[in-house]
Amino acid sequence: MSISSAHEFHYRTALGPLSRTAALLTLVGVMALLLADIEIISPEPGLELTRMGLGLLSPRIPDQYVFVEALLNTLSFAFQAMALATLIGFLLSLVYRLAVVRAFCAFIRGIHELFWALIFLQVMGLSTLTGVLALAIPYAGILAKIFGELFEEVSPQPRNNLLVADHISAFFYTTLPLAWRSLCAYCSYRFECMVRSSVILGFVGLPTLGFYLESALREGRYQEGAALLYVLLLLIATLRFWLRRALLPVYLLAAFLLLPPVVEVSWDGAWRFFTVDIVPAPLRNNSQAQLWSWLTLLWQQQLQPGVINTLILGMAALLVTAMFALLCFPLNSPHFVRGWSRRFGDAFLIIGRTLPEYLLAFVGLIVLGPSMLPALLALALHNGTIVAHLVGRFSESLSLRQDAVRGVNLYFYEVLPRMFRQFLALLLYRWEVIMRESAILGMLGFATLGFYIDSAFEEFRFDRAALLIICSALLNMLADALARYWRRRLHLNTTPETL
Amino acid sequence: MANEAGVSQINPSVTDAQTGAQRARTSGEVIAQFKGQTLYYQDRPVVRDLNFSIHAGERVALVGHSGAGKSTVLRALRQQMQSECAWCPQDAGLVPMLSVYHNIYMGALHRHGVFYNLANLVRPWREPWQQVRKLSVELGLEHLLSQAVEQLSGGQQQRTAVARAVFQRQPIFLGDEPVSALDAFQAQQVLEFICKRHDSLVLSLHDTGQALRFCDRIIGLVEGKVVLDTPALDINQSDLQALYQ
Repeated sequence: MSISSAHEFHYRTALGPLSRTAALLTLVGVMALLLADIEIISPEPGLELTRMGLGLLSPRIPDQYVFVEALLNTLSFAFQAMALATLIGFLLSLVYRLAVVRAFCAFIRGIHELFWALIFLQVMGLSTLTGVLALAIPYAGILAKIFGELFEEVSPQPRNNLLVADHISAFFYTTLPLAWRSLCAYCSYRFECMVRSSVILGFVGLPTLGFYLESALREGRYQEGAALLYVLLLLIATLRFWLRRALLPVYLLAAFLLLPPVVEVSWDGAWRFFTVDIVPAPLRNNSQAQLWSWLTLLWQQQLQPGVINTLILGMAALLVTAMFALLCFPLNSPHFVRGWSRRFGDAFLIIGRTLPEYLLAFVGLIVLGPSMLPALLALALHNGTIVAHLVGRFSESLSLRQDAVRGVNLYFYEVLPRMFRQFLALLLYRWEVIMRESAILGMLGFATLGFYIDSAFEEFRFDRAALLIICSALLNMLADALARYWRRRLHLNTTPETL
Repeated sequence: MANEAGVSQINPSVTDAQTGAQRARTSGEVIAQFKGQTLYYQDRPVVRDLNFSIHAGERVALVGHSGAGKSTVLRALRQQMQSECAWCPQDAGLVPMLSVYHNIYMGALHRHGVFYNLANLVRPWREPWQQVRKLSVELGLEHLLSQAVEQLSGGQQQRTAVARAVFQRQPIFLGDEPVSALDAFQAQQVLEFICKRHDSLVLSLHDTGQALRFCDRIIGLVEGKVVLDTPALDINQSDLQALYQ
């Protein structure tokens, strides 16, 4: 807390609204931290941690064939889903001006890919299409939004200079080429996220790296887990070397050949799922009178605690993320570290960024036991390193005077005040993500919405699951709208960032 | 008012050399008119009490300090005759990542169907390519046609913007400092190129020599007011310089 209060004191007069927002978020975060159940439940956390550390030092690959297959599966899911998501997202972005399209996109991206996976698992089982659709649908919503915003932001000049031309020609000659580079940059960043998401799909049973990672970690085979982890890190670190535009068709074709997205769907079953199974039980049984008590019970026992815990985890994680990022961004700032130490510092941040929250929380759960602490730390580590990496990089552009102070004084007097606006903008972007992830981490056993959704699926109470998923989507849409409103009000950068 | 004979006096070859420009109107018809209007730029009155008409066949130069309201007048003219003017704004508004050819072709988007335009984006059609090439030869851009506009110098970009406007093939050319980034020799070539293809034109020019040489009517603006509106023959360069004092 000392960092932020020192900062507020320093800048109260110059940046009133920003400081007030920061103070409010801090206050809410502290309250959430007090309410959250954060304790170390595991009897001997040190022992497990030592075993993991040893595993990290001696990675071992037990079965190369399985290993390579998991790797290829992960990439196949990612490529197919990315292609589909880009296509759908692009088409949606063309009509993104329409409010109904914007709402639709917000809704489909409000449902996490793991929830989509749980839905499609019921209909299509453990098939390729389950994984591809689960990844592609929320990503299509995200890409539609980003593409749509990029199209709105291109310079209107070239288009205004045209004599009356049809919209389509005008779009392809002016808007699209003007937005093309940002579009490609964003897609390649999103592909990195897609690989991570594809890994995580393994946790619900699809044959990606995550599937083997989960079982290795759960059964304490840490050497194997470490090897899988290194593969994941290597895969993402080398992305820019092998993800070449010219090779994309080849990769995509290979992905389709390796995992053909064909599936034997029992159409009756699918139809039944979407028309009968997810309808609230009282309505299904024509006992409308009981609907109210059904809803009340669901609200009291699942929805309310789920939403409250999601909010608590999300707000607490936001605060810890902020602290962590403020602490760590000097690691990637030329004003504090130079040369090799900056490279090492940034490597740490990039590794933190590369590890998915879900995986970190799972590891934390093994070490610390089932309280909210592992979820909190996982969210803070993943999101904090992202924010820190970017704030550090943005601080490159600061030109400080020759006789500037050094060390802690430099941090508080020169760098932090100048970076604070940027920092807050990034943090509010991450807030949406943190809320989404807070809900989903429940699937690991934390009492957030994901926990109740997962349990509903396990008990085959799809009507409950559907309603809870819709509620989690609405919660995410709310966070999304609130963050946008806040960014606009504080005049923070509202253009899409590659986070 | 305008001296119609002046057109052929200054540049006798001009009126019969148009290629492509639609020439449906009879000479002398009023093509744009201001009757005591005030023009605004971003909600701020910039040009007050504007009173003049422009007739078909006139070649008008707008002269005056930067900030005098020339661009605002040109924008208002464009609004009046939107679909009949070739528009060459000061901020060229090119699409930097597309080739010179595609940027020039953009002047012709309205003449073709969607599929023709989209296919042309992937692979240029022979016919427009040859037409654009012909224009570009005269502007010294022919060796740059397949280069991205962002790789071009300022002068080359300006010539691309002129070519795009001309390729719109409209009878009236509205140009806001269309040659400001060119050296004297090139500027003259480009202005000749524009004159050859349009029977009417309104150009804002800061070079008074160019204004007198290529236009037959001079309108001088000072701080948003028209202080001079005269046939080019009745005025000389030193009179015009007085506007800039």
